[in-house]
Amino acid sequence: MELNRRKMLVLGTAGAAVTAFGALPAFASATEDAIAKFTGGADVGEGGVELTAPEIAENGNTVPIEVSAPGAVAISIFADGNPTPPVATFKFGPLAASQFASTRIRLAGTQNVIAVAQMEDGSFKQASANVKVTIGGCGG
Amino acid sequence: MAEGVKPRVKVPSKASAGDTITIKTLISHQMESGQRKDDDGNTIPRSIINRFVVDFNGENVIDVAMEPAISTNPFFEFEATVPETGDFKFTWYDDDGSVYEETKTVTVG
Repeated sequence: MELNRRKMLVLGTAGAAVTAFGALPAFASATEDAIAKFTGGADVGEGGVELTAPEIAENGNTVPIEVSAPGAVAISIFADGNPTPPVATFKFGPLAASQFASTRIRLAGTQNVIAVAQMEDGSFKQASANVKVTIGGCGG
Repeated sequence: MAEGVKPRVKVPSKASAGDTITIKTLISHQMESGQRKDDDGNTIPRSIINRFVVDFNGENVIDVAMEPAISTNPFFEFEATVPETGDFKFTWYDDDGSVYEETKTVTVG
């Protein structure tokens, strides 16, 4: 599909409208379900996880994020405003020098990005960051 | 196989034993999310890379499960320990069953 400026604007507006009108609660519970699937229903504490994301992302198609959680065996990323909340799960092996990873993700609109880390002792920690998105990244 | 898939990996060629090195990887791939519609209103089927694994001499460094929310041309940056001379093996798994591989040798001197 050829994306010219006009189409991009239309798509962006449509995406924003969907986000604004009542679609959020459904997404939020989908996120909770996705997190529960990762944690197995265990309690999730705060602290110990660092999530770096831009406050404002011009383009939701490629938003750079960084996660770091010393002592984690796995980190899972969720975006609570996306049609499908799970983004990625990083599992760290014995040769990972640090529990750090950086990547680029798609965000459908302004929303929270949540990082949940599974620690060596089996507990779960989370951190979240709100990202304001000017143009959504899911094609309306 | 998706077209035009080209892995690019940046790894230092030399390191000291036990050193921490930063690895950056990028693979060109359209990462079709399965959410977009074409001009006729039909949903474009999902076609993404769903898994990315890095091993060094057979030992795991990082294993990433990827969802459609990963951007086009997936980029990853992470840190690895180099205990000895050996090969980093990077493997990407496509939805369509294709496997893309890249190998980089690090010399410990």
